Amino acid sequence: MAVAVTSVTAVPDDDDTPRTIVSRVSRADSVFRAVLRVGGLSSFAITGLILIFLLYRSLSAFGADGFTFFTKQSWSFVDNEFGIGGVLPLTVIIGAIASILAIPLAIAAALFISEYAPGGIRRVLIAVIDLMAAIPSIVYGLWGRYWFMPRALGTMGWLSHHAGWFPPFRLAIQQTPSAFVGSSAIAGLVVCLMVIPIITSLSREVFSQAPQGEREAAYALGSTRWGMVRTVVLPFGKGGVIGACMLGIGRALGETIAVLLIINAIYALNPHILQEGSESIAALIAGDWSSAGQHIGSSALFAAGLVLFAMTLVVNSLASIVINRSRSGAATAD
Amino acid sequence: MTTAGRASARRRADVAVTSSGAADAGAPDSAAHDNAAPDNAVTERAVVRLGSAEHGAALGADVPLQIRRVTAEDALTIIGAAVGSLGLNWVLYERVLPFSGALGFWVCWYIEFVLLYLAAAGLQWNRRVVTDKTLAVLVSAGGIFASAVVVDQLGYSFVKGLPAIAHANFWTTTGASVAALTPLTKGGVLNAAVGSLEVLAVASVASVPLGITAALFLTEVGGRLARPVRMIVNAMTALPSVVAGLLIYSLAIVTLGLPASGFAAGLAISIIMLPTVIRASEVVLRVVPGTLREAAFALGASQWRTVWNVILPTARSGLTTAVVLAMALGVGETAPVLIADGFSNFMNADPFHGWQATLPTLIFTYIEDEGRAGFIARAFGASLALMLMVLVLFTIARLVGGGRPGELSRRQIRKLRRDEADS
Repeated sequence: MAVAVTSVTAVPDDDDTPRTIVSRVSRADSVFRAVLRVGGLSSFAITGLILIFLLYRSLSAFGADGFTFFTKQSWSFVDNEFGIGGVLPLTVIIGAIASILAIPLAIAAALFISEYAPGGIRRVLIAVIDLMAAIPSIVYGLWGRYWFMPRALGTMGWLSHHAGWFPPFRLAIQQTPSAFVGSSAIAGLVVCLMVIPIITSLSREVFSQAPQGEREAAYALGSTRWGMVRTVVLPFGKGGVIGACMLGIGRALGETIAVLLIINAIYALNPHILQEGSESIAALIAGDWSSAGQHIGSSALFAAGLVLFAMTLVVNSLASIVINRSRSGAATAD
Repeated sequence: MTTAGRASARRRADVAVTSSGAADAGAPDSAAHDNAAPDNAVTERAVVRLGSAEHGAALGADVPLQIRRVTAEDALTIIGAAVGSLGLNWVLYERVLPFSGALGFWVCWYIEFVLLYLAAAGLQWNRRVVTDKTLAVLVSAGGIFASAVVVDQLGYSFVKGLPAIAHANFWTTTGASVAALTPLTKGGVLNAAVGSLEVLAVASVASVPLGITAALFLTEVGGRLARPVRMIVNAMTALPSVVAGLLIYSLAIVTLGLPASGFAAGLAISIIMLPTVIRASEVVLRVVPGTLREAAFALGASQWRTVWNVILPTARSGLTTAVVLAMALGVGETAPVLIADGFSNFMNADPFHGWQATLPTLIFTYIEDEGRAGFIARAFGASLALMLMVLVLFTIARLVGGGRPGELSRRQIRKLRRDEADS
């Protein structure tokens, strides 16, 4: 029985590819989706507008000073001498003091809320932390200036007297009680209070996402509660916590009003953090805004604003990247 | 786990199981019930066959272990360390330790408390347990500190602001004729309160629709663009408020020629509110059950109908919370209003022309420019008014929100029951 094969058609191997499904979107829906896209891109638009307009307004300052804008340490509307060479390191100093003090306290608070606190207290504390974040910064500034600063002068004096072996704690001027008023340290301490709720709320969310199975496994292997936290929760939350800390640092760098109300403004670098005299870029802009009538003067303020914006944008973008790449960040569905 | 200490004895229904095959295997009353003597209330003895239904029922009647989390030793150790360190600090503080001042007292007390607790715990328990408990104490310090800060801020505003706020004219008159020596019974902050509310209204109208649209973009459309948008929104959350003020100044005031007014300040504040609205709304919209959306599609609704009629009403309480929280953040902004708007002691109810004062700028101006005693008292009063506004907004947010999407409020449940009873 011979079978006459007349033609052989090759059966394609990729018979399993799914057919392309075309879903036609109705006109109303495509308009709707376009509107949504515009809304989503508005954030890009705003950031772009900020960059464009700040650049545009600061061109005359950069044109007049050039690169010396970053190295000069003076700010005078009379002589048209503008330079953030002193203010920029001071901003970083205040941000560093605030962050170094805030990070351990905030992580401890987040651990307490998510791991140690019983149910009712946990809900109350979450509300308390949210309220702490919502308190306006001018209220912190008032508190810092009129309540905290007079009471902290004694401690600052003690520190500079007994811990003078640590160079930043030394004083370059005569030690009188008023030598400590308006210093970077006091400003940093008040900003620290504002940074804590940001780090705490983000870290708490991250810690509560730690997988329950791994927690129970730690208990099953006989660990104590701290052992479980140390081996399961903290490693899981490492990425999210680092991102939260960087967001807090970004906030500390950009804090305006509280710093402005506390410091005695200077424009040259003052490396003695306990000594009076400090400044931050944001406080500089807000404080000198009303006296910057002239063209170059206000342009210099815009240039300072551009530098501040670039700094916080870099810090926050790094924070976003760290959070997204970490295990805990991916788990919090970002 | 903390040491169980003396755990309560396990009580269980004593079951004497017999595997003796009585002739009638299936009859349930072949089990001989040896009823408990009435005075033996704890255990109930029953003789049931191994593997029978009564055996399972008897096993399931276990009374669970009572695990006490805080034993008497824990509590007494903490109390003892606290009281002991208080006494120690009392003796040492001003005399031996070289610190002074109230703040130092509390800090030293806490350090001594931790050391004393470490010593007391070390006398009772082994190393692992001591580490665990000491770290629990240290971590609790974080929670207590946060609460103490909030209570302190609220209390300080209250105590310093009450003398000014207690007068009715504080709320009903403007600061038009106020000078340094004007007593607190004259003049007030009405102009600033009105300005704050109007600037907040402008900011909300500008940021809320845009923010919810962007959040809908992230949840409904998504796609490749969603990730960069989300990153930019996260980066914008920590935008310094001065920069937003600078943008509005250069864009709206210098380039577009708008006057420096409450409207410009509202626009600047809307830039600051926008990322918060987007992030919080996105979280809420994401929790809406996907089955609702699919049910709407299955019934033939188009995407915008689904969003408008199904998703937004379901997420309404969460969205309201997000919006009100953003408003609470926006009402306290000072720096952008200083830049995009001036200050005026006179009543100006028109946000489009002329300068409007807001509560934060009033506080700032009274302290910086006119920092004399009369003005400082008013500034504290305005600070208390501002805190009250924030607290009210906050409470509204928590009361309105809280339910999951689709959860009916009690009033809605009552209404449903009434409708069912009628029909």
